[in-house]
Amino acid sequence: MADTRSPAFTVEQTVLGADEIIINMGPQHPSTHGVLRVKLRLDGERVIGSECIIGYLHRGVEKIAEHRTYTQFAPYVDRMDYVAAVSNGLGYCETVEKLLGAEAPPRARVVRTILTELQRIASHLLWLGTHALDIGALTPIFYCLREREEILKIFEKYCGARLTTHAFRIGGLQYETYDGFEQETRRFCEDFRIKVDEYERLLTENRIWVGRTKGVGILTAQQAIDLGVTGPPLRACGVAWDIRKAMPYAAYDQYQFDIPTGKNGDTYDRYLVRMEELRQSIRICLQAIENIPSGPIMARIGKVLKPPPGEVYHSIEAPKGEIGYYIVSDGTTQPYRVRVRPPSFINLQAFDTMVRGHLVADVVAIIGTLDIVLGEVDR
Amino acid sequence: MQSIIEFLRPHALPLLYAVLIVAVLPLLAGYVVLLERKVMADMQARLGPMRVGPHGLLQPIADALKLLLKEDIIPERADKWIFWMAPLISVTAGLLAFAALPFGPGFLIADLNIGLLFIVAISSMGIFGIVLGGWASNSHYSLMGALRSAAQLVSYEVAGGMALVAGVLLAGTLSTREMVDAQAAQGVWFIFLCPVAFFIYLVASVAETNRAPFDMPEAESELVAGYMTEFSGFRWSLYFLAEYANMIVVAGIATTLFLGGGARPFGGVSWLRPLDFFPPLFFVGVAGFCFYRAPKQPVLVQKLVMAAFGGLFLLLALPLGVAATILPAWKAAVHGGFWFVAKVMLYIYVFLWIRFTFPRYRFDQLMHLGWFFLIPLSIVNVMSLGIGLVLHRQAGWSLPVALGLSTLATLVVALYLAHVGEQRAGISDTEVESEA
Repeated sequence: MADTRSPAFTVEQTVLGADEIIINMGPQHPSTHGVLRVKLRLDGERVIGSECIIGYLHRGVEKIAEHRTYTQFAPYVDRMDYVAAVSNGLGYCETVEKLLGAEAPPRARVVRTILTELQRIASHLLWLGTHALDIGALTPIFYCLREREEILKIFEKYCGARLTTHAFRIGGLQYETYDGFEQETRRFCEDFRIKVDEYERLLTENRIWVGRTKGVGILTAQQAIDLGVTGPPLRACGVAWDIRKAMPYAAYDQYQFDIPTGKNGDTYDRYLVRMEELRQSIRICLQAIENIPSGPIMARIGKVLKPPPGEVYHSIEAPKGEIGYYIVSDGTTQPYRVRVRPPSFINLQAFDTMVRGHLVADVVAIIGTLDIVLGEVDR
Repeated sequence: MQSIIEFLRPHALPLLYAVLIVAVLPLLAGYVVLLERKVMADMQARLGPMRVGPHGLLQPIADALKLLLKEDIIPERADKWIFWMAPLISVTAGLLAFAALPFGPGFLIADLNIGLLFIVAISSMGIFGIVLGGWASNSHYSLMGALRSAAQLVSYEVAGGMALVAGVLLAGTLSTREMVDAQAAQGVWFIFLCPVAFFIYLVASVAETNRAPFDMPEAESELVAGYMTEFSGFRWSLYFLAEYANMIVVAGIATTLFLGGGARPFGGVSWLRPLDFFPPLFFVGVAGFCFYRAPKQPVLVQKLVMAAFGGLFLLLALPLGVAATILPAWKAAVHGGFWFVAKVMLYIYVFLWIRFTFPRYRFDQLMHLGWFFLIPLSIVNVMSLGIGLVLHRQAGWSLPVALGLSTLATLVVALYLAHVGEQRAGISDTEVESEA
């Protein structure tokens, strides 16, 4: 039996000996999550090859960085993964802090942890809703957006913005938490725990849902590691790799939480892993909210940032996987070079491996399960 | 001239009904869409259309106007004649099927002795419109949608047809009018005598009308809009009309064969006689609600529209009330229409409910369900029902016992089929793993 899933495999002959069809899925298509264009080679409805064509949303974010100061560039990273702006911002701020040799004060680190975990919940909720929508369940997205709205309200009260928040500053936080931040976050977390069970009741044991996701888009642990896949898709293959545990940042080393892993590396396992991550995020938030240390929120780093010449790489666990920043400083106020390691872009590499041999209907399920954001893929 | 009138006289009533159906159905389909959007909104914690008219009541009319005024685009590479004709085939087939649906004892265009066969035959002609439309568009998405639709309809027509055979066995006739009479005569709706057949028909009819979770041909998130991708404006709205007409037709068939047609629920129970007053009182109630809400609308126009709707419902309540009280001879005819439409709406509500609850099947899973579960089950159901009827008619068993046993036997087979299907799925799972 030929290995129909390996990337090197090409089919010369279709099953019925008919011509293969090439269709363009996207860049304008209801379920390519933005402007992804997938060129599919089909034998009937079976996919025998695919090619992702990206770049429709390219804005040259990395190049822009070379003409902005470190502080000015911070809001730009929010526009990459615009549904998880807080996580992007945390990664950038911590990278520059590392370059400066500075560290945010404890209070700032805890507040950063809380907001980042809330952002993870918001991002996973949007994934759940759109993924379910791709598979044909029309209703969950409205419930997900309803819950996400509560998180966005907390962001709005905290920093005035809902989507591209620019919540953190290099060296700490610009804003103190607002009155009632703790209560609102705690209330949200406690309500949300019930809501997650509700979503699971809608989908987890639904026969159609299981049929549509089980065995679809299988990625073995070895394949995932070879392709550099990170985040929930990697953990669903059974690899317990989470930067929050492996290389703790912010205040994650202070809290108890588990890394959910899957067994089969299929779409269903990725779904289960993300659902469990929602619960773990609540757990972290509730622990953090109990004990926010008092003290300053900004480290003493001065107004004009002039990091010493050198280079640094730092990565954090964003909702979609490892987001890393590589910054080269030449000792001026502007970075010499910024390179981003975006999880969406690198996870998208696995698309072809996952999609071969499946049907057209599975293609949208696989795009959905990868949880890509084109703003981040194209940058 | 005289001779023409003489010739037309016996056909006057059917002609009037036909004109009425062709005139009213598009409007009704529009309001079914509004109902669908409102039900969807209710399930999804939102309000649905609220802007055009009070509570969005004029939305269907605005939509229809918009569709009519839209530019009519025919793709350059399309096969123009077929592209032009395909939606017409679909909508004609959809509307033609209404000819044999009895909306009530009096309201029937053609009382054919093969009524059910006619409806099934004509409504499955609509597939030509879909296949030809998909082919003529000269687009991959359309073609795939059309082919899926053809395969799906062929598969589920068999299961649905066999389920109808079960009903026909009980009724002993193919005439739609006589089916309703048979249910009235036996004093029980056939849904209670052959629930399995009704269930199979429910599933098959969802698949036949291309509704979720079997909406492969349109599969919005996969094929954009399937066979309708290249259609716009009026042509597109014809397809839309055909789809909703088909929904009403399958609901009509189910109502006629399994739900007692235009008969009032509990028709044989004497102490429930006051239910006769339900239809007029229902409309009066709706009218009252409209009048109550009218002054609360924000704009004068909306107040007037709301009041007009209230007046309309009062107008509808009038003949129903008259029939219930003064003219008992008309009661069956007038109330039949009400109960028929009410049952059709209930059936369509189940469609909507399913649509907003379940994810979509994949194409191969859909075929699997059709060929390995529904078709064998429907055949077994017909056989066991036949045996039950023989036991009742020849051996003198009582009807509930005979048919209860046959239903039980069918359910056992259903369990077995589901078990086998699960095992088969298990096998294919391991195959996938060994391939990977």
